[in-house]
Amino acid sequence: MTFLGLPTASPGVGGLSGDQAFPDAARAALHDPQLRRNLAHATSTIRAKRARAVAELDDWAQLRAAGAAIKDDVLANLDRYLLQLEAQVTARGGTVHWARDAAEANRIVTGLIQAKAVTEVVKVKSMATQEIGLNEALERAGIAAVETDLAELIVQLAGDRPSHILVPAIHLNRSEIRDIFARRMPDAGELSDEPAALAEAARRHLRAKFLTSTVAISGANFAVAETGTLAVVESEGNGRMCLTLPSTLITVMGIEKIVPTWRDLEVFLQLLPRSSTAERMNPYTSMWAGATEGQDFHLVLLDNGRTATLADPRGRAALRCIRCSACLNVCPVYERAGGHAYGSVYPGPIGAVLSPQLTGVGVNASLPFASSLCGACLDVCPVAIDIPSMLVHLRSRVVEEKRRQHKLDPERAGLHALAWLMRSPGRWTLALRTARLGRVLGLRHGRIRWLPRPLQAWTDSRDLPRPPAQSFRDWWIHREEQATPDEQARP
Amino acid sequence: MRVALFVTCLADGLLPEVAKATVRLLERLGVEVAVPLEQSCCGQLHINTGYPKDALPLVRRQVTAFEDFEHVVSPSGSCTAAVRHQQAEVAREFGDEGLVAASEALAPRVFELSEFLVDVLGVSDVGAYFPHRVTYHPTCHALRLLRVGDRPLRLLQAVEGLELVELDDAETCCGFGGTFALKNPEVSTAMLDDKLARIGGTGAAVCTAGDASCLLHIGGGLSRRGSSVAAVHLAQILAATRTEPWRAAQAIV
Repeated sequence: MTFLGLPTASPGVGGLSGDQAFPDAARAALHDPQLRRNLAHATSTIRAKRARAVAELDDWAQLRAAGAAIKDDVLANLDRYLLQLEAQVTARGGTVHWARDAAEANRIVTGLIQAKAVTEVVKVKSMATQEIGLNEALERAGIAAVETDLAELIVQLAGDRPSHILVPAIHLNRSEIRDIFARRMPDAGELSDEPAALAEAARRHLRAKFLTSTVAISGANFAVAETGTLAVVESEGNGRMCLTLPSTLITVMGIEKIVPTWRDLEVFLQLLPRSSTAERMNPYTSMWAGATEGQDFHLVLLDNGRTATLADPRGRAALRCIRCSACLNVCPVYERAGGHAYGSVYPGPIGAVLSPQLTGVGVNASLPFASSLCGACLDVCPVAIDIPSMLVHLRSRVVEEKRRQHKLDPERAGLHALAWLMRSPGRWTLALRTARLGRVLGLRHGRIRWLPRPLQAWTDSRDLPRPPAQSFRDWWIHREEQATPDEQARP
Repeated sequence: MRVALFVTCLADGLLPEVAKATVRLLERLGVEVAVPLEQSCCGQLHINTGYPKDALPLVRRQVTAFEDFEHVVSPSGSCTAAVRHQQAEVAREFGDEGLVAASEALAPRVFELSEFLVDVLGVSDVGAYFPHRVTYHPTCHALRLLRVGDRPLRLLQAVEGLELVELDDAETCCGFGGTFALKNPEVSTAMLDDKLARIGGTGAAVCTAGDASCLLHIGGGLSRRGSSVAAVHLAQILAATRTEPWRAAQAIV
């Protein structure tokens, strides 16, 4: 269903969808034991740390409720807050640009860089710029964008794609990283796979970039509407180098990143670090309002399907997300399939509800089904996004979309027939009686070991019991009849 | 006390031993059990697969079937959760206000088995006898949607002869997830394999849970891998006595 005809993300631009459906894309990770071990180790470690960091706070439930309420207020009054933010940023010497989609945002940023006549820019880790595929767009314009977040740099040097929101290189271990550095960092020299040695090599490589670049690009974790303040939280300090050294700063930010007042940051600066890195406080919090003296500052406000997401009352809470990754770290599906399987820069449970909404459910149609609905994601979400219910809702939108396109679908016919049987007690009783015939399937082994498609997907790895000789309801009817012989005796 | 048994379509059609055990247990505890035959499915299968419109008449039928009962008991955390969290939502989605009201009136009277025993009947020792080494897998919907907490464990601990062993990573999903097991069979199986390895690590002879559906998955996996561990529903353990002991033939798969 398309709500009010609002535009979704530009098809084919940026990093919101892959070219394979989830079950197929997941296969690569499932059959890679090294990757399975890397992921299981990394996610279980961070999972336990997060649980401890959250347990320290008595008022976590209240903080979480406050976070959800503040974001809901922002989403309900986004039009007003955005104009307020624009006015504040402008009043403080910044320039605000509005981008309807990825293509428009890339055009704006490319134009701003070209006006400065540079061919290399440094970048702060940013999901929004990954979402729009900015690096690729800049490359086409002859501009090299250097990632300065360590993990993001690793992924960039490897020519790979990030597989986690917070830990983009979670799928790589340190010896793999050493090999990437040795190959792509000519100045690195002899390298061991010690984390300190790897960090030192990256530090030397990046320092030269910080000191020579005149343009930096960042995202934003928060934007305070009341003051026009932008905030970036990080662990390494490399972000701060980019935010302060170059004379031009361009920030690309999704329109939902707003908080109304300075004071609201109090809530999110507690929720975010504990949920993401399991820290009480993140090491670096950089905040700036408008242009610092001598600096040129541009803010690009990005829609790219967010207004379309906002239009669905049962899906819009996905825009509360503060990109902490807690849901990825607890998700048993993510842990086994890995981030690349989702095809989007937003993987895991939040990606499964966000990506299809940003692109429209016709694209990313397999993602809402990439969940066992175990509910672990909802329990850890710091802004209480009911991801399982949203997945279920989006599944119905996918089904509806397929129906609208008149796609032939045996599943729809099968489930419709099943519902037809189930909605009449007479038909249902009879259907269960008939199911007895299925007993023939398990004659040899006493259980069913093979079924034709689509149930073969079950019997490929699990047995099924034979249908019983008697359904429960027939047993019950029989028992009731025996219990009242007098009534039965009557003709 | 008279209660209606919410059988669940899975127990009715494929795993009747689970429902029979629930009846035996409740009757032994002095509860009069009724089985309204108008019931079929709670609608969760259709709702979670993306077909809420097909689920609507099922929800209507289910709500009507149990309308006159003060207490409804189900041997499933997942189906109970569907009643509590999904049925009224489906009615609301299609604008059936009468059904919304009826669903909301019914929901608080529907209990998962361990909730009913501990909270309504106020018992933890149900007088069962089960001389086996048992491990318990908390199913996701009982754990996170119903928050049954340690109720099943308290019931198991009170069973005579039963040795309870803790399951590592117990709260991780077994990978069933309804049609997830069919739509993402390889990820589902990877989750199942990890769960089976944990179960194997306990040295238990029996893995139990409060949901026949998850046990169908776990039991089906155990059976395929030639394991000697049996998947047994909580109701079956609690129904077993010295005079009517559990028999291996009653295992889920």
